[in-house]
Amino acid sequence: MTQAEPFQPRILGFLCNWCSYAGADLAGVSRFQYPPSLRVIRVMCSGRVDPAFVLHAFSRGVDGVMVLGCHPGDCHYATGNYYAQNRVGVLRQLLGLAGLDPERLFLDWVSAGEGERFARFVRQFTERVQALGPLELTETLRENLAAARRAVESEQIRWLVGRKRELSEGANVYDEAIDMQAFDALLASSVENEYLRNRLLILAAGRPLSVKEMAAGMGLAPRAVLAHVVALEQAGQLGLATIEGNSPKYQRM
Amino acid sequence: MAAFHAEEARVGVFICDCGSNIAGFLDVPQLMEYVQTLPHVAFAQENMYTCSDSGRAQIIKGIQEHGLNRVVVASCTPRTHEPLFRSTCQEAGLNPYLFEFVNIRDQCSWVHMEERQRGTEKAKDLLRMGVARAVLLEPQESTAVDVTRAALVIGGGIAGMTAALNLANRGFEVKLVERQPELGGLLRRVHTLYPSGALARPFIQEKIETVERHPNIQVLTGATVRSVRGFVGNYEAVVRQGEREYGFAVGVIVVAIGARELQPDGLYGYDGQRVITQGELEERLASGLDLGASGIRSVAMIQCAGARCPERPYCSRICCMTAIKNAMLLQEMDPAVRVYILYRDMLTLGAEYEALYHEARARGVLFIQYQPDSPPQVSAGQVSIHDARLGETLSIPTDLIVLSVPLVGREGAAELAQMLKVPVDEHGFFLEAHVKLRPLDFATDGIYLCGSAHWPSDIGESVSQAYGAASRASILLSRGQVEVEPIISMVDEEACIGCGLCETVCPYSAITLADTGAGRKARTVAASCKGCGVCGAGCPERAITMRHYQDQQILAQIDALMEAVA
Repeated sequence: MTQAEPFQPRILGFLCNWCSYAGADLAGVSRFQYPPSLRVIRVMCSGRVDPAFVLHAFSRGVDGVMVLGCHPGDCHYATGNYYAQNRVGVLRQLLGLAGLDPERLFLDWVSAGEGERFARFVRQFTERVQALGPLELTETLRENLAAARRAVESEQIRWLVGRKRELSEGANVYDEAIDMQAFDALLASSVENEYLRNRLLILAAGRPLSVKEMAAGMGLAPRAVLAHVVALEQAGQLGLATIEGNSPKYQRM
Repeated sequence: MAAFHAEEARVGVFICDCGSNIAGFLDVPQLMEYVQTLPHVAFAQENMYTCSDSGRAQIIKGIQEHGLNRVVVASCTPRTHEPLFRSTCQEAGLNPYLFEFVNIRDQCSWVHMEERQRGTEKAKDLLRMGVARAVLLEPQESTAVDVTRAALVIGGGIAGMTAALNLANRGFEVKLVERQPELGGLLRRVHTLYPSGALARPFIQEKIETVERHPNIQVLTGATVRSVRGFVGNYEAVVRQGEREYGFAVGVIVVAIGARELQPDGLYGYDGQRVITQGELEERLASGLDLGASGIRSVAMIQCAGARCPERPYCSRICCMTAIKNAMLLQEMDPAVRVYILYRDMLTLGAEYEALYHEARARGVLFIQYQPDSPPQVSAGQVSIHDARLGETLSIPTDLIVLSVPLVGREGAAELAQMLKVPVDEHGFFLEAHVKLRPLDFATDGIYLCGSAHWPSDIGESVSQAYGAASRASILLSRGQVEVEPIISMVDEEACIGCGLCETVCPYSAITLADTGAGRKARTVAASCKGCGVCGAGCPERAITMRHYQDQQILAQIDALMEAVA
């Protein structure tokens, strides 16, 4: 049997204008060879990368996404790369919840002088994505990614992610340093809640579902789903549609 | 200008061969055929060099004859050529922001040289993404801001002083900051200059006096730059001198911090006594070294000591000439003294310098080549070297060994680079915007570079670079105004809930909450906004649009990428 041609992944890269895009140019000027897997979108700063862009790319079937910025402390805009880092952290959690290997998302730093480092990152990430195989965009994954996208677009998550850097450096109104571990735990649970609730809403968009049916659809225990159903009902996003036998069925409002 | 609508877009695509840089590695005819199948593409053309006068004339002709209202150039990198093509569009009456760059050279043909078809497929994807974005581009008007007509020159060596004088003579106010207690830099320890043999001290002293006397120059010695804020034309620098701190408003900054000689600890038995560096030899010569009294009858100079090795792979460029100059000087002082130059490759570029090398040979300076895998061995009172030509190992008795060590980046180079947001390489040398097209500019507008801060340079080169950097800087200072890119944030006040998250994340205080009739709303301060987009990517209400990098433009690029697969 002959060796099959290795799978050629399609990787999307967000490169900041000042450091990583310049590093990619330097790789070219230096003729460092790397696999032709990467398609670059130039942005002014890695801080411009809305997490929704990354989820949009995966929902279109991109096999991997790279976000490359300036080294910490070197950002042309002072702090944009820290925001990129915090956003990617949330994205990794969401990709995991959505059943997409977070290893398909790559974040690192490349300076304008690091052509070799850039070429190495593309080589390594291409190999990693090749090992993971093509992204299989099932209907479930599409819906999961849609829920993840709604989560990163939600006010609460945007607020928590946006304030994280400021909070990690400062103090609260009582002048006490903020416990970042507790903050991260709060952020992680908020992200999970937001994701699951949006996932429920997507599931219950077409037809009324019982809590049991929802739980089966999401691979969760009915008890876990019930808490979210109650929260969504209180928020007016989910409503009681019918009662079949003993089972109330809910539908998205 | 009339508003454009995507559906009326007529895109012209110009694909550059870049001689053979692109056409030699990608199938350009295939790209030409492909791009004409894309929606909205009304015209496509292949150019030998799109950036040449004739290439740019073709763009203008295309815009005028084919009614193009978007232009895409697929060639090199926007970091060097975007301004050129934008102004070409402008010449033809097209708003420069209706131009889109697709990089199929630096990030395609040059990095996939062995994969012609896959490289070509990638270029098709990039073209499709570029056209999709071009269709959604909107015209932008740039705004002009005033330039503070003053310069900050960092570093008071020959490069910094020359740049400062040049700017001051043009009538601009200059702040010259030197870390050491005196001006002069590396030249302070040099004894004579090559190729003339003239003494360095009177030369540098005269320069220092001219600088110190100049009414337009304020010299701050023993001073360091603590912080730099602002942007082209409007920088604010804080300089500390002793206990005092000064705040200076300047329009431009010249980086001329020079370099320093490597301290060769552990190399060839370096001890600063019998084994010294060329710099230390210069100091001894300047303070009247007496060869006879010191018992020096034989001197060996070892070239490339600590240079062109894995830790420092570069050639320091000035050491060969320095060694030849000092060897001849020692022989002149006492013709009985033998001087050996142990070298890997002698680099004496230029007619005058090559002549000096031949003169040194004629006068009896002995040149012996060594191979990097068998460097000279130093032991008490002698050096042994394997001469590959003779096939023998020679033992040379020596009273003094002089190491020609490379220049390395200044301490503090990385901190300064971080302050200015400009790049340094791993050796502490600053990186220019483009090696050929913008050798004295940084990619950050309004900041320039000269002398050995960039790369080991001799005096002539440092002075030429300083003239150049001063000229580049005075373009801005003379104009008095600078166009600021209109890539800024815009707030949709109807969607804004006044939460203030944007105000928190903005590093420039360029977005602030204002009381309006409809409650508190965020507003962009256009002159302060640098367009990073951190606020736009985080707005909970998606009420912020980044001009020229709109969500819909970026999403269209993503969709276009995956179109071919779907």
